[in-house]
Amino acid sequence: MSNVNIPVRKFDAVIVGAGGAGLRAAIQLSEAGLKTAVLSKVFPTRSHTVAAQGGVSASLGNSEQDHWHWHMYDTVKGSDWLGDQDAIEYMCRKAPEVVVELEHFGMPFDRTDEGKIYQRPFGGHMSNFGEKPVRRACAAADRTGHAMLHALYQRNVRANTQFFVEWMALDLIRDAEGQVLGVIALEMETGEIVAFHAKATVFATGGAGRIFHSSTNAFINTGDGLGMAARAGIPLEDMEFWQFHPTGVAGAGVLITEGVRGEGGILRNSSNERFMERYAPNAKDLASRDVVSRAMVTEINEGRGCGPNKDFVLLDITHLDPATIMKRLPGIREISIQFAGIDPIKAPIPVVPTCHYQMGGIPTNYHGEVLDANGQVVKGFYAAGECACASVHGANRLGTNSLLDLLVFGKASGDSVVDALRKDAVAHKDLPANFADRTLARINRLNTQTGGANVNDTRLAMQRTMQNHCGVFRFKDKLEEGVRKILEIEKEVARTEIKDKSQVWNTARVEALELDNLIEVAKATMISAEARKESRGAHVRDDAPDTPENPNGRDDKNWHKHTLWQRDGNKLSYKPVTMTPLSVETIALKTRSY
Amino acid sequence: MDREALNRLRWRCTRRAMLEMDLLLGKFLDERFPALTPAQAEAFAVLADMEDLELWPLVNGTQHCQDPLQAEIVAMLRDVRVK
Repeated sequence: MSNVNIPVRKFDAVIVGAGGAGLRAAIQLSEAGLKTAVLSKVFPTRSHTVAAQGGVSASLGNSEQDHWHWHMYDTVKGSDWLGDQDAIEYMCRKAPEVVVELEHFGMPFDRTDEGKIYQRPFGGHMSNFGEKPVRRACAAADRTGHAMLHALYQRNVRANTQFFVEWMALDLIRDAEGQVLGVIALEMETGEIVAFHAKATVFATGGAGRIFHSSTNAFINTGDGLGMAARAGIPLEDMEFWQFHPTGVAGAGVLITEGVRGEGGILRNSSNERFMERYAPNAKDLASRDVVSRAMVTEINEGRGCGPNKDFVLLDITHLDPATIMKRLPGIREISIQFAGIDPIKAPIPVVPTCHYQMGGIPTNYHGEVLDANGQVVKGFYAAGECACASVHGANRLGTNSLLDLLVFGKASGDSVVDALRKDAVAHKDLPANFADRTLARINRLNTQTGGANVNDTRLAMQRTMQNHCGVFRFKDKLEEGVRKILEIEKEVARTEIKDKSQVWNTARVEALELDNLIEVAKATMISAEARKESRGAHVRDDAPDTPENPNGRDDKNWHKHTLWQRDGNKLSYKPVTMTPLSVETIALKTRSY
Repeated sequence: MDREALNRLRWRCTRRAMLEMDLLLGKFLDERFPALTPAQAEAFAVLADMEDLELWPLVNGTQHCQDPLQAEIVAMLRDVRVK
């Protein structure tokens, strides 16, 4: 197949991804009368946004006094001062507006007796600049993400957004000036490759948590937008920052709630020792997430892990009354039996720190416009949600800001597209003659490869390397070795082989193409993490410990800056953190402590 | 079931909203699906079409399935061990 054989479909805008960010952006475009296509690997309400259960934050002040400035302070502090303060102010100020809008779209928020949106407390949400907890999280029972997706999807149906379900975007189309002119995509049902020629392209493809062996992310989270952006010469920002949860079921990654330790669960090593007594004599197993995760990794690294490979620790609730387990921790027994093969009433659950959320991504400003390595806007290209880095999460994300991020920046990116197309009401720019060459070369290689690498084995090697060398607690030697290993694995990814060469519903091909995206994210993560010689937020290095000069290992003098990784030559560059908010004074650097 | 139909079902079973469902349905497809009767396979397809937050409570036992054939499949899903 050559470029001339590829069918071309024209839209004003194409959005890749139909989770919360993509659907929110689509509403702005379709309601403005733009012809909008949304491409998704799955039906929209099956996007991973469903898994976000905790809530969405907004300083509505429905239960007690609150202010967007306090929310901003909590977010800057949560980010360990790596978040851009213009974007953070924008997000926190917009929060009440986008939450009330969502209510008007039909979102069934929990309510107070007076009929207002009910708000509950959440870790890190404080009033008066860190003084005391405040109720800021708005939720729809424990299905906030699910309810949000349904409300947004219905609104899109009303606005005539055109959905392309079970389509996988493969590559960006850029012209010689660097302008983005759409995407090339694969329809799984037919195997057909189609160009979506658009005046604006919005990426809302979610995170790439599947780069790690232990991940709470669904299988769909393969970083497709990041892979496509990287191949098109767009940098990836702050990819060393990933949020981990201490207790995922070893092997499966399924989350074991913190409530298990709250009810008396104890972490043990291979000697059956309650090791948290050594690391946190007072809080013990209830110490903060990062302290617990680091202790677990230290135990494993020092040979006190459990199992044949000594690569997990145990979460023990066998001393609890079974009736208590059934009453206070419903579902945990079933999860443990199904995903660990262990009845926790009889034996402890194998657990490891597990990847949960990606803070970095495609660099954008707070309008959702994508930025190149020089900080210049890439014409025609926008990104929002977990795939984007605005940067509001910096080095660590405040709880409930993920759903807020996708609402605010989904909407902002949509508004930016509408503004740009109104200002610049021109016809579609011509597609370059060779627009699909690279994509077709990738497909052709997969179709003709013989004697190549197995996709599953290669993915697993990448995931194990990321977990062992670039997990929740990081070590100089392991990171250096990790860089070497991941570059070796990249060579294997370039020679993956699929046995099934058929056109229609060839899931083997799709999985190989997903791996092409995952490896870009894995390289960006490993190389960025190896280079950052400090501890900050979720990036914690053994050789950057807490000292009087650098509290928590954070080295503002040398490392208060954003990382930019570029695929070409694995080049790293850095850009300053935006410390100037839009209307208020800078929240000055200080040590982060809770 | 032909290759295309099986691959489509596999995609819809392993690219879901929740990791738990990816793992369980994928494993079920490998281990149990080939031995199902046509009627059971149809019941499974109906369950697989449900959204995760409808299906998950059935699988973890907090809700119960009314349809007897679907209940049979749910019982099999509850028996799946990912480990």
